[in-house]
Amino acid sequence: MSSEQPILPKDAAAAEGKVNVQINGKWHRFPKGTRIADACNSVGVHVPCFCYHPKLSVAGSCRMCLVEQGMPPRLAPGATPTYNDDGYQTIQWMPRAIVACANTVAENMGIRTDGTVCREARRAVLEFLLTNHPLDCPICDQAGECKLQEYTADYGQPSHRFTEAKIKKGKNISIGPRVNLDQERCVLCRRCVRFMKEIVGEETLGVVGRGGHNAIACYPGKTLDSNYSMNVVDICPVGAMTSKDFRFKMRVWFLKSTPTIDVNCGTGTNINIWTREQQVYRITPRQNDEVNSCWMPDDHRLNYKYINAPERLLTPLIRTDAEAEQQPAAWEPLLRAVAEQLRLCKSSELAIIASARLTNEELYLTKHLADLLGIKALDIVPRMGESDGMLISADRNPNTTGAKLILGRDGSSLPDIVRGVKIGRIRSLIVLGEDVTAEAGISAEQLGELDYLLVVAHSESPTVRAADVVLPGVTFAEKYGTMINVTGRIQRLNRAIEPLGEARADWDILRALLQECGEATLKAVRATSSMDILEEMSEQFEALSGVTWANIGNCGRPVLETGVTIPLIEREKPRKS
Amino acid sequence: MTMTEQPDVIEVLAEAKPSPGEKYYPPFEVTPELTEKAKEYIAMYPEGKELSAVLPLIHLVQEKHGFICPQSVLWIAETCRSTPIHVQGIVSFYPGIRTRCPGKWHIRVCHTIACALSGGEELLTYICEKIGVDPKTMTDAEPMAVSEDGLWSIEAVECLANCGFGPNIMINDTLYSQMDRAKVDALVAEYSKKA
Repeated sequence: MSSEQPILPKDAAAAEGKVNVQINGKWHRFPKGTRIADACNSVGVHVPCFCYHPKLSVAGSCRMCLVEQGMPPRLAPGATPTYNDDGYQTIQWMPRAIVACANTVAENMGIRTDGTVCREARRAVLEFLLTNHPLDCPICDQAGECKLQEYTADYGQPSHRFTEAKIKKGKNISIGPRVNLDQERCVLCRRCVRFMKEIVGEETLGVVGRGGHNAIACYPGKTLDSNYSMNVVDICPVGAMTSKDFRFKMRVWFLKSTPTIDVNCGTGTNINIWTREQQVYRITPRQNDEVNSCWMPDDHRLNYKYINAPERLLTPLIRTDAEAEQQPAAWEPLLRAVAEQLRLCKSSELAIIASARLTNEELYLTKHLADLLGIKALDIVPRMGESDGMLISADRNPNTTGAKLILGRDGSSLPDIVRGVKIGRIRSLIVLGEDVTAEAGISAEQLGELDYLLVVAHSESPTVRAADVVLPGVTFAEKYGTMINVTGRIQRLNRAIEPLGEARADWDILRALLQECGEATLKAVRATSSMDILEEMSEQFEALSGVTWANIGNCGRPVLETGVTIPLIEREKPRKS
Repeated sequence: MTMTEQPDVIEVLAEAKPSPGEKYYPPFEVTPELTEKAKEYIAMYPEGKELSAVLPLIHLVQEKHGFICPQSVLWIAETCRSTPIHVQGIVSFYPGIRTRCPGKWHIRVCHTIACALSGGEELLTYICEKIGVDPKTMTDAEPMAVSEDGLWSIEAVECLANCGFGPNIMINDTLYSQMDRAKVDALVAEYSKKA
């Protein structure tokens, strides 16, 4: 043999730690140890799976991912392998299909998903799964996002050969405070069982019975009451686990999903908001392996009711006389009046209580408003709690990191401002997105003593009721913006619904105020969107240099080193490597 | 929208299933003896593999107390560092593991094909009649019927591994082959005396 012998594909692949795999006739290279299912999906060959979930251990129990597989023939003793013109060995196909989730790729392996073996295997698996399935799709909440429906349409058979009586199992079982179980719809993939055991660490769910009577259940007296219980609804491929909150509320195909982030704590869990017209119907976690993996806590998921609540402020309000009721007002004249009033205030007697629930763009405008009016007394309301050791951060504000970067404030001077209000040193107060009667601890009476109280808020509160002027802002679901989470990752908020009533995005309110107050040099004053403001910020803050709305993307990007980590993600990392 | 609440499977599981046979077996309690025996079983497996002892412990409890009661499930789970739902899964999987107390004499009648063909099927109804139970009470959910006096219980089982000599039945742990009505009469009379 000459030394000019071309390098065989297997050696070229091995040099990169990869193997050659033929999928539906085309050769691809994958890293050693890649699961066949992942390999196929990564090159656009769809492999249907019920039980396989990349974040959970492999069960291999649903058999939906059966594929036809082949390897080079085993050589006789002493024989040397022969290679075809392309440098591959011939593939000897196995007569039976194998599961793609529990097997990994190997050199010169062949996978076929378009042959009779695979087609017949999938059809048969679906036929078995549907023998006892109630076929109650018209009233099932999962309809439209059900894997069983999807795969039946793709690989199933149009007719039903099973004419015997179906096995009856438990329906509409309240398995926990937030989750209902329908055992008849279940395909026994055990994703929920594995999720509770492996991710939450509470073995609440199990499989009881045998054969056709197999069913998911809790032990008598136990309930699925973990604060992460609703994640089983997301990972359930069928309609067996349903959310009590969302049951029978809306057909999913009418809903529009908007990728954004959760604002209940500093983690900034990536979520999708599901809306129809101006109404939010549900929130589900969105995968981001650097922030929340595939999960989110139940209390954060369900904290969306305030968005469409009757307490929302829909028009600007003004109180013309000390004792009078607040009256609706028009935006433009009111903003002019506010600016006039603010200019009259002595800057030493004026304070701003902002919020770490505001976006970076809003905080930036807040800082410039303070600078313009010469206000030194400016801070946010801190919200420290305890981390749950999973995804909920100890910091219950979503953007404390942003507030520190942009305002240079972390809440430590808030007591000073509060004292100022109490002793009358501060006569006028601007409150942005906070109810100061709650965490900040200023009473409604003390607010009443103030000469002037301007509040920007999205919902009714004692602070709003005490205000001289109320400018209606919006919730996180109605605006664009960015926030920086506890780990120093900048992430995007996307608008899922239009601002309700006459409410305006908070950044727009602040921009208009700045304009009315006479700010002229700042580009942000002429901004038409929060993206414009971000652009200006990226020029002014070193941490944000090069950051644009587009390159933050839907998964965010790290901009600061805070040293804070997310416990659940840290636990997931060693498993990944 | 409201829906008719179906019986909750969790409640069904938790429901105590009383049986007249209970007077013939000591009620379950955690004794030092039992704990000692459990330790012995667990020691048979490598350290950290306590879970492997679940099945032996289930057999231990069933042998002494006749069946696996909810309290024993909790004890086994705790002893094997498992969870009640895991133990319940195992208990509900095996037909040989009972969740209801059998009678003093537990009759297993083979209804696999060889025995069924050689007369086992008719024999089942005959034995039921003989020991005074209604064969209709033997269902998928509750395959065992117990006589009112608690002396007898009956259950149709799969192959007893003696197919050449059917019909086969088993009383407690003793196998009886080539059964017919006369032999059943004799056995019932014999065991009634033993009581």
